[in-house]
Amino acid sequence: MTRRDNPNRSEFGFETRMIHAGAAPEPITGARQTPIFQNTSYVFHDADHAASLYNLQTFGFVYSRLSNPTVAALEERIASLENGRGATCCASGHAAQLLAFFAFMEPGDEFISSTRLYGGSITQFGKTFKKFDWHCHFVDFDEPENVRRALTPKCKAIFCESLANPGGVVSDLEALAEIADEAGVLLIVDNTMATPYLCQPFDWGAGLSVHSTTKFLSGNGTSLGGCVVDSGTFDWAKNDKFGGLTQPEPAYHGLTFYETFGDLAFTTHAHAVTLRDLGATQAPMNAFQTLLGIETLSLRMERHCRNAQRIAEFLDGHDEVAWVSFAGLKASPYHELAKKYLTGGFGSVFTFGVKGGYEMGMSVVESCELCSHLANVGDARTLILHPASTTHRQLTDEQALAAGAGPEVVRLSVGLETVEDIIADLDQALKTAATKGDKTAE
Amino acid sequence: MSVTTNGGELAYGDGHLREILRSVQTIAMVGISPRWNRPSFFAMKYLQAKGYRIIPVNPHAAGEAILGEICHAALADVPGRIDMVDIFRDAEAAGALVDEAIALKEEKGIRIVWMQLGIRNDAAAARGTAAGLTVIMNRCPKIEFGRLHAELSWGGFNSRIISSRRRRAHIL
Repeated sequence: MTRRDNPNRSEFGFETRMIHAGAAPEPITGARQTPIFQNTSYVFHDADHAASLYNLQTFGFVYSRLSNPTVAALEERIASLENGRGATCCASGHAAQLLAFFAFMEPGDEFISSTRLYGGSITQFGKTFKKFDWHCHFVDFDEPENVRRALTPKCKAIFCESLANPGGVVSDLEALAEIADEAGVLLIVDNTMATPYLCQPFDWGAGLSVHSTTKFLSGNGTSLGGCVVDSGTFDWAKNDKFGGLTQPEPAYHGLTFYETFGDLAFTTHAHAVTLRDLGATQAPMNAFQTLLGIETLSLRMERHCRNAQRIAEFLDGHDEVAWVSFAGLKASPYHELAKKYLTGGFGSVFTFGVKGGYEMGMSVVESCELCSHLANVGDARTLILHPASTTHRQLTDEQALAAGAGPEVVRLSVGLETVEDIIADLDQALKTAATKGDKTAE
Repeated sequence: MSVTTNGGELAYGDGHLREILRSVQTIAMVGISPRWNRPSFFAMKYLQAKGYRIIPVNPHAAGEAILGEICHAALADVPGRIDMVDIFRDAEAAGALVDEAIALKEEKGIRIVWMQLGIRNDAAAARGTAAGLTVIMNRCPKIEFGRLHAELSWGGFNSRIISSRRRRAHIL
């Protein structure tokens, strides 16, 4: 186990940073909780100050499409929790993925992604990114050598989820980072399902991490948001693949971001160029809600994980359940990787297969009373979904199978309710669906 | 002083850096570029706006005015006192500049030599420290000033600073 040195590691503990990072008292009023800066623009001291801000020669705010004090507090907090150099928050997790790639991808460029992703990401990478002439090669990451074999000279990045959605799959981050290092490409890790509480992607060599903050970070299903965290340790000038950061930027009079801003380059570029021009900005109110959520992240994650473990074990022994894919089960093929990369639990989003296929899967979901049938994860409420008919329905059967979303698969995002109540609801739903299935068969 | 190494990385305590930035008034920036879009120009402009007197030093721009200050060819040519020498040159050139700063220490009142982000010369730092100079390497005073005064945080950066004290609204 070789964790990498990280110059951004804090002397303060994780829980202290959940509450305090990015959120010193507001200096003018002394307000202790981070204020919601619900405003678009910021007064310049004078013309020279304005010029300095537009030239990126000083720190400060111009217009909330680029940056906002409440959003900045959230950015620093997530950067701190992930031991990164800086972070850029944006409108959603999908926007975060776009931001991560936008800094360096050019038309004709390629990257490699795991097949085991949230279905919406597979569509974004495989279909929408093609309109930018960006090309994604989907590969089975269970065998990291597949990734090495898929590399082409035009590849610039390797993308995976640390703990994959929909279920129970853990990526071998250290092996992937080694392949990325050798090829001179960037490893981008989606850390949404694990959160920085369970997984620290930069310890294992990721260059960027991305998040849907909509999930466990905000924690109660109120606020959409995304975030890209820069480790600050990736050498953008190691080869000529990352011209977006190492070549003069015409829109800033020939300024070269990496030379001028060093390890601040990616995050500065993400605000000053990417958010400026793509406009996928996070609303200050959403940032505020997410800051509140993060204050209790460790407590919630502990309970999410504990409840999920109990429920996975219950389902594993249930007559109507064919299999359970949860990394916390000893029989899981990902159990050893999970013990290496996840600290403090195995997450709370996982899948199980019902006996009876597509119809039975849908019927279980429809028969729940307490568990909410909806397309989200990482809520205080237990959420249940049949991916094949919802989140993954835009995929081909083959893609859905590869993503772990076959016809019999049900996805659970275990919430914070009394665990016995969740178990009782799932048990009655499985029995109800099985009875319905028997009647249909008759 | 609070200089420790952390896995080969230089680590300077926040209190140490804060004290340096609080105590200096005049900074000679050696190797500064007169071109507005160069990193050294950015640093000069920012630190000037915070109230520091910045004296540009660069033989290729000697006699030119940079941000209202006349540029000198060498440290020895700078009239008056210099609290800190900020080096925008490579590690080898930085070594020679540390020796110049040592030679001019008494005459100019030099107390601190600061090598910019990406520049590190341990042997020169040892000579400077032995001569009674405070030496900082591989840091940018603009970034450290911004970090310690919460301005870096405005850009979404991890300042690593945790405090529940109410900060004074005025920086200088």
